[in-house]
Amino acid sequence: MAFEYAPAPESRSVVDIAPSYGLFVDGEFTDPVDGGWRDTVNPATEEVLSKVADAGPADVRRAVQAARTAYEQVWGPMPGRERAKYLYRIARLIQERSRELAVLETLDNGKPIRESRDVDLPLVAAHFFYHAGWADKLEYAGLGPRPRPLGVAAQVIPWNFPLLMLAWKVAPALACGNTVVLKPAETTPLTALAFADICRQADLPPGVVNILTGAGETGRLLVEDPDVDKVAFTGSTEVGRQIMRTLAGTGTRLTLELGGKAANVVFDDAPIDQAVEGIVNGIYFNQGHVCCAGSRLLVQESVADELLASLKRRLATLRLGDPLDKNTDIGAINSAAQLARISELTAAGDDEGAERWTAPCELPDRGYWFPPTIFTGVTQAHRIAREEIFGPVLSVLTFRTPEEAVEKANNTPYGLSAGIWTEKGSRILWMAQRLRAGVVWANTFNRFDPTSPFGGYKESGFGREGGIAGLAAYLESSEVAS
Amino acid sequence: MTDRLEVRKTYKLFIGGAFPRSESGRTYEVLAADGSFLANAALASRKDGRNAVVAARKGFASWSGATAYNRGQVLYRVAELMEGRRDQFVAEVASAGVSADQAVAEVDAAIDLWVWYAGWTDKLAQVLGSANPVAGPYFNFSLPEPTGVVVAVAPDRTPLLGLVAVVAPALAAGNAVVALASTSAPLPAITLTEVLATSDVPGGVVNVLTGRQEEILPWLASHADVDGLDLAGVTDSDLATALESEAAGTLKRVRGPRPHQDWAAAPGLAPLRAFVETKTVWHPQGV
Repeated sequence: MAFEYAPAPESRSVVDIAPSYGLFVDGEFTDPVDGGWRDTVNPATEEVLSKVADAGPADVRRAVQAARTAYEQVWGPMPGRERAKYLYRIARLIQERSRELAVLETLDNGKPIRESRDVDLPLVAAHFFYHAGWADKLEYAGLGPRPRPLGVAAQVIPWNFPLLMLAWKVAPALACGNTVVLKPAETTPLTALAFADICRQADLPPGVVNILTGAGETGRLLVEDPDVDKVAFTGSTEVGRQIMRTLAGTGTRLTLELGGKAANVVFDDAPIDQAVEGIVNGIYFNQGHVCCAGSRLLVQESVADELLASLKRRLATLRLGDPLDKNTDIGAINSAAQLARISELTAAGDDEGAERWTAPCELPDRGYWFPPTIFTGVTQAHRIAREEIFGPVLSVLTFRTPEEAVEKANNTPYGLSAGIWTEKGSRILWMAQRLRAGVVWANTFNRFDPTSPFGGYKESGFGREGGIAGLAAYLESSEVAS
Repeated sequence: MTDRLEVRKTYKLFIGGAFPRSESGRTYEVLAADGSFLANAALASRKDGRNAVVAARKGFASWSGATAYNRGQVLYRVAELMEGRRDQFVAEVASAGVSADQAVAEVDAAIDLWVWYAGWTDKLAQVLGSANPVAGPYFNFSLPEPTGVVVAVAPDRTPLLGLVAVVAPALAAGNAVVALASTSAPLPAITLTEVLATSDVPGGVVNVLTGRQEEILPWLASHADVDGLDLAGVTDSDLATALESEAAGTLKRVRGPRPHQDWAAAPGLAPLRAFVETKTVWHPQGV
């Protein structure tokens, strides 16, 4: 018999959301000079959470100037060991406020509280803690004897891991001595604004971190600002291309972390139950709003039926619903626009002849939801095998030989991540060597760590975040190509 | 001694290990500094560029799959064979208008640069790679891997040394290269291809074109099977900007023009880092 779960909602009382938030520039919240305002909503309920500023051209100028001044007068000249202590402070403040930040993230983003609490927030704190230690050790990073900061970093981040992407951007930039103007995604600004308050609590000098909320236009103004020395962008490949075109010939340093269409390759000797857990974690984690999601399952033909039966059985047990409920596995789709994109692409899957299977679950009446979905009978030509869906949708293809698996896995313009499931060690290493992807997970998936470089091959972008490789993105040296 | 008429060389392209003329049938006059005729060089076309990319893609599979030790020996072999032709290289470099002493210095530096990069092939992963102490029961390591097919543009100044300085590091890291030689002084580059053809560099791993930057490079910068673009020798900044913009179509890795580079100076690691990708592999630990 099946047992019903009693509701186990996390309390909202730990967060205190203001009715409106201005821009965080030069250490203070200020209303936009020539921008506007927009609402940010809870995608699980469509409830308006707050009103957030939309930075205009003058606001962007002011933020970049504040960052420039802070770089030249305070943060650039500051000894690394002092910068380190500020970053350690921030790491500690994040740990202290992690419950509040996790609830806020879940409210604004729609992701299950279990994920924001157990994955996002611990990683956010870890990223600041790790990079804090680099601030006074940069000459030991193998990037030459005297690596220098670049100056002002313009950073534009997506909505899928709002605070974690902030940490990936801000922590290495500050550790290396740069100052920052960061633009969070238009649908998920609240944790970045809470981070501004953490900067205040840490007594971080004004202008070192500036947060400009807004949409794509604000981001465009920011990366095009002539006083910016470095642009770091995480988001769609299309916008990444535009940024690269815009910056052509300017000499502005650029790193891009873009889309993906990762293959998760399951061989016939893989332990099926572990592989199923890995597939679920690969594509249904964070509603599939993950650039490195294992969205293409490549399963060896001889075990395909058994694996799919097991996978469907497992998906039927996933709990979709209130993201604040601690038992929830699948939260809300982040926005109406994203839901429309997922619906459009899955409809193309139907039209092109793939077979859709939907996990049996009830969708709430309000909010944006999409049930865990599997497409079988997918060919490499199908749009659902080529385009990033960024939702809880898995495309299943089969293969017979390891060579065929490699060929199919690499048959994509993307190259962010890949997964391998097999008990045979030599096969793992053989596959790992041939998969053209920046991160290869063998017998695991979607693991992250501040010491572990993350970033893409090919059209998934260039540059790394995390580890020693990540520092190179924020330093100038004779040993770093610019 | 009787007067003897010298046998002159026909300078051609180097694509896929062969020496074709330009498919367009075109050539251009290469002149010495004093204006005298030196040779007709092939004026490579868009199609020659595409053929070179096809050859490089094939070459990349074998070159990137070779052991680092093997690649090191092949690159060292290039230095050995250049040494044997040292006088010829000096004469060709000098014909472009530099003093005999400068020509000797440039050729010696070019040979020594191959030796430097030959030694890097089996050290790069150790120097750029890392074992990463992740907070969990996983073994995690990062390694540099070659980017793929790299288009490299040699500078006009110190044309032989500059060519080696952009080609050798890309090769040492495991990439395949389509190089565009200096337009005004392409002859040493062609002689270098004769060295490459006889030094166990697999066909297609290096391809050398001669011709005009503004004619060929836009096609290569937008070519979907090119992964990297080293614009070292591009002097027209508008062209460089346009090429970088074209390269955005497939997110190529681009190194910008380096008009003030001293090609004889110690290169450091930057040229090797320019066209490698970091791959990170995770595996659980457990019993």
